[in-house]
Amino acid sequence: MVKESYLREEILALLSEIKDPEIPVVTIEEMGMLRDVILSDKGCEILLTPTYTACPAMGIIEQDILSTLKEAGIDNAKVTMVFAPAWTTDWMSETTKEKLIRFGIAAPVHSSCSNWLSPKNVEVKCPKCESTDTKLISQFGSTACKALYSCNHCHEPFDYFKCH
Amino acid sequence: MTKQEALYQYLLQLGDNALIQSHRLSEWCSKGPILEEDLALTNIALDYIGRAQNLLHYAGEVEGKGQSADQLAYRRPEHQYYNNLIAEMPKGDFAFTIAKQLLISTYELLLYTELCHSKDETLAGIAGKAIKEVRYHWTHSRDWCYRLGKGTVLSNELLQQAVNDLWMYTGEQFEMGAEEELMLKEVIGCDNKALQNKWLEMVETVLSDSNIKIPTATYNQSGGRKGIHTENMGHILSEMQYLQRAYPEAIW
Ligand SMILES: [Zn+2]
Repeated sequence: MVKESYLREEILALLSEIKDPEIPVVTIEEMGMLRDVILSDKGCEILLTPTYTACPAMGIIEQDILSTLKEAGIDNAKVTMVFAPAWTTDWMSETTKEKLIRFGIAAPVHSSCSNWLSPKNVEVKCPKCESTDTKLISQFGSTACKALYSCNHCHEPFDYFKCH
Repeated sequence: MTKQEALYQYLLQLGDNALIQSHRLSEWCSKGPILEEDLALTNIALDYIGRAQNLLHYAGEVEGKGQSADQLAYRRPEHQYYNNLIAEMPKGDFAFTIAKQLLISTYELLLYTELCHSKDETLAGIAGKAIKEVRYHWTHSRDWCYRLGKGTVLSNELLQQAVNDLWMYTGEQFEMGAEEELMLKEVIGCDNKALQNKWLEMVETVLSDSNIKIPTATYNQSGGRKGIHTENMGHILSEMQYLQRAYPEAIW
């Protein structure tokens, strides 16, 4: 059903359902990308923060937002990218991290601001067998947000969501 | 020069460095020495293209003539690109690309740390995002310098040769043009000169830990940030701009 007018909270609730296209077990709200909704007489402005400067998913997310709003009868919407404050993996809640692990991606273990010079000291737990006896294969993995690890215990390779 | 003109020029310089770096790194796509490195170099290229997109988009806004990031990236003639010459150097062999990445990303690490404190909120925001990515780029090139420098006689030689060949293009990164002086005065830009000693110290540490000698030659070639490029630039643009010039406004 199409409503005539919406409250900011109602729009946020609508958009909170949108999944991250690359990690479909978490939503853009859980990832911390959805920052705010501003309603004015000009329409509805969605503030979105990119996870990575060139994250290819951002274009898809923007389209998903606009089509979700259109379905609800909101036509005059626009998406604005905000860069400050810079997105950080610290914004992920423990619940979100749990979802990543169940999806097979090891969750970020510390803030990007600390310890970046020696990431080898980071203890990354295998999402399959929970062993901490793992090794870094490459800091750059299948997508901008992931590093590639392998487990010395169960010998499975896995993705690690890098700290940012 | 007004503050707006200086900011536009400054954003083009930053954006062009990222754009040309991205292009050179993307030339490694499917040609990396091992699969993980193919992914690493193209991931870094992706970070750079994202940064270029943000900076050029903002440059277009500052200029206020309705130019999009794509128009700025793909429609300007060669002498209106302001990247440092080191960015346009050919990708060379793997050691050459790694040396290039170390010399550039050490500078970017210092530069973007400073720009996070820019009074211009948009630039500070872009820098805040970029610095997190630059840290990964820097550690990537540092770790490969260790491996190549302390690897075989040949890998050490190739890295040493690359550092020697690139050295004369490193000084340009610390030059200050009129627009940069103005940006510095406005607390928007960064004092490049003030970064040079720290840069040298960081580069020397990595290279000496990799058994690589610091070149003693002091000659420096510059010109890129004034729009005067090496012969490499025309070749880059002919490939990079081909599609947009043959089919203007083409989109996915
Ligand atoms: Zn395991």
